[in-house]
Order: sequence, then C-alpha cells, then structure tokens
Amino acid sequence: MPACLSVLRGVKDFMRDSDFGLRRLHSLLGIIPIGLFLTQHLIINHFATQGVEAFNKASDFMGNLPFVLWLEWIVIYIPLMFHAFFGLYIAFTAKPNTNRYGTYRNWMFLLQRITGVILVVFIAWHIWQTRIQKALGADVNFDMMADILANPFMVAFYVLGVISATFHFANGFWSFLVTWGITQSPRSQRLSTYVMMGLFLVLSVIGIRAIFAFV
Amino acid sequence: MAETAVKERNEATATKTVRFKIQRQDSPESSPYWETFDVPYRQNMNVISALMEIRRNPVNSEGKKTSPIQWEMNCLEEVCGACSMVINGRPRQSCTALVDQLTQPITLEPMRTFPVVRDLVVDREVMFDSLKKVKAWVPIDGTYDLGEGPRMPERKRQWAYELSKCMTCGVCLEACPNVNDKTNFIGPALISQVRLFNTHPTGAMNRDERLDALMQDGGLQECGNSQNCVVACPKGIPLTTSIAAMNRAASVYSFKRFFGSDHMVD
Repeated sequence: MPACLSVLRGVKDFMRDSDFGLRRLHSLLGIIPIGLFLTQHLIINHFATQGVEAFNKASDFMGNLPFVLWLEWIVIYIPLMFHAFFGLYIAFTAKPNTNRYGTYRNWMFLLQRITGVILVVFIAWHIWQTRIQKALGADVNFDMMADILANPFMVAFYVLGVISATFHFANGFWSFLVTWGITQSPRSQRLSTYVMMGLFLVLSVIGIRAIFAFV
Repeated sequence: MAETAVKERNEATATKTVRFKIQRQDSPESSPYWETFDVPYRQNMNVISALMEIRRNPVNSEGKKTSPIQWEMNCLEEVCGACSMVINGRPRQSCTALVDQLTQPITLEPMRTFPVVRDLVVDREVMFDSLKKVKAWVPIDGTYDLGEGPRMPERKRQWAYELSKCMTCGVCLEACPNVNDKTNFIGPALISQVRLFNTHPTGAMNRDERLDALMQDGGLQECGNSQNCVVACPKGIPLTTSIAAMNRAASVYSFKRFFGSDHMVD
C-alpha cells in the first residue's frame, strides 16, 4: 500500500512539474494526429454515399495498410487515450459560469468540455462496436455499419457523436491557434472563429451524409 | 440656506428606499447567510454610500438591529481595487457601482474565489504572492550605479500604460472558470503583468526568468480561453491579447529551453 501511494505521489509530482509540457502536448495531439485522423476517417466514410462497393473498397484499403497495427497505435490509440484522459482532468477542474457571463466564447468553453466528455463515451462505444469486434473475428464492411445503424437509437447516438467530434475539433483548432500564440489580436481570433465555423459545418455535413448512407 | 435645502431634499425623498440583499459571513470558517436592508435613497448614491448608511444605522429590513456590514475601500475612484465584490452577480468595484444603474434588489456577495475574511472582505494575498512568483518588477539594483536604461519608444510607453492600469483587484480571477479551488491557475492579470514587464526595455533583460516562472504549475498554460477576463476587466486591459502574446513567447522560449540556445533574452 505505501508503495502504491508513493507511485501516485510520483505521478502527481510529475504532472505538476510538467504541467506546461503536458498541456501543450494535449493541444498539439488534438490537431496532429487526432484532428487529421478524424478528417480522414469522415472522408473515407463518405464513400458509403457511393454505394456498398465503393465503401468496402475504401475500408479494405485502410484496413490493409502496411504496418496497420503500428499506425493504429501510434497515430490513433496512444494520442487519443492521452488526449481523452488528460482532457477529462481539464474538463472536471473547471467551474463553468455561463449564467454569469453568457458570452459566445464562454459558451464555447463549456461546450468544448461537454462534447469532450460525450466523445470519451461515444468513442469507447464506437471502438467496442467496430475495432474490437474486428479483433474478435468480425468483418469490417458496409454491412457491419448498416447492422449497427438499423437501430434508430444508434443513429441518434452516432449523429450526436459525429457532431460532437466535428465541433470539438473545430473549436479545439481555434483554441490551438491561441494556445500556440498564432492568433493574438482580437481581429485574428474573430476571423479564425469564422474559419472554424466553416470547418465545423463542412465536416458535419460530410459526417452526417455518411451516417445516413448506411440507414 | 444650503443646509436647509439639503434637509428638505432628504425629507422629500425619504420615503424612497433601495433594497439590498447582502451575503454575510461572520468569520472565515462560519457559513454564509443572507440579510436584506432598505436604505433611504439619495441622489447619485453608489454601493459604498449605501454600505456607509447601513453602517450608520445597522437595522435590517425586518427592523432588527444587526452588526454593521464589513467591507474594504480605499481610493473611491476605481484605481485601487480594494472595494471589489460581486454586485448583482458580476464582480466589479463597488465605488463605481451607481445605484441608479442597478436593478433591485441589489445583491452583494464577496468574491468567493478568494478566502472570505468577513462579510464582503476577502483576502487577495494569493495574487500578491503570484506577482512575486512571476517577478513582476524591473530589477535595477547593482553593486554600482548602473546608469540609465535603454530608452522606451513613446508609442510603446503609451501602449504599456494601458497594461499598467491593472490594480490587482481580482475581478478577472473571479470571472475565470479555471481559477478555483481545484486548480492553481494564477489568473489573467498576472499573465498580462509578465507581458508588461517583459516589454519594458530594462525589464526585458530578465524576460526568460519571468517566462520560466509563468510556465510553472498553475501558469499560463491553464488558460481555457473562455475570455471572460477581458469582458470583466474594469480597466479595459486587453487581457486575452496579452495571454495569446505570452503564449507565443512561451512557445518560442520552450523550444529554446528544450533544444538549447545561447539567446535567452532576445
């Protein structure tokens, strides 16, 4: 038990000492690779609108990339897990006060945290339904998604998940630009707000179209 | 003659009262409670003059005698920050909170981001400790006369003057969702102060030391970009611009510190 406690204390000390590095890493990983992967994932999904054949061809290509397991762990699982768990810590140490300041940015601050928590649940469920089922022997293809989305509750859940993801990415991209000191002036931050709104809309349309192609 | 006029006016408006709902707390450990007061209206009164009236006649709206409200004040012209409190849900200075511009009942609460001493008095020492941590000063002491520092361009001085208006009042910390008892975040005001002293031509000679301090646990990186600070700041300081500017400086500095550089202050 004392050994366990000292490990915990060690982790806590490490997190305190490297707070700056961890938060910057959290910001960076949200865009590279997670945001890029999300964009690519939604675009590949969009093949579903061109029919069963097109989707299966694209999904076979992605699923049979060389070094696919390495790619999955390095580009997706490890960054995603770090971003998710560190993000939960960030979300639950905030005390939102939109009742006091109902400004646009303060709402974005709250929504970023709400969508983040939704995404931890949604992505865990999504990985269980697809990637883990593949590891257990299921085939990843058009029919797999069509079966999942035959349930109207699942359609609603996937729409919520995709919208949360595109919002969290677009708004996170906005704060990434501030966090790294790229957008400084109020005008540059306002302009990047418009660009990110556009990104959110475009990615949402692509994502939702793909979902309804399976229904 | 003038005295009679004042007396007449006071009598004429004596029936009009202003209702205050005040959150009180008898000691740092005791639990808070609400008490309401009906204060006789006077023209142009502010929250402080109302609190003074309650102090003169500490009777609550039920007609019971009570202890006078404790609060802090100093300059009475919004440059010291001492009289900051939460008025109708928003943190601000009570000296510039004019009763005519507030909806009633006017609620007064202490800024609970800080430890409450009594009633509306809070202990803002954490901010002064943070100012020491980030070395918010220009060091000029030496073993001999160092002479004049570099000249500061006039346009830069004018710009820096805006940042120097910060009075460490704590309103931006009270408004920030990331400054609370679960975090160590030092808050927006402190980040802007580092920018002020790192911009000063003599202060810039130690800019890496301030950035180092600003990037410790609870530093700049804990900003969540809710941007409430810039809305709340009574002095109109561009706090979010300062935060983004220090983010850029910290990005460059962190690369230098990680990879090594022989240019730490320029």
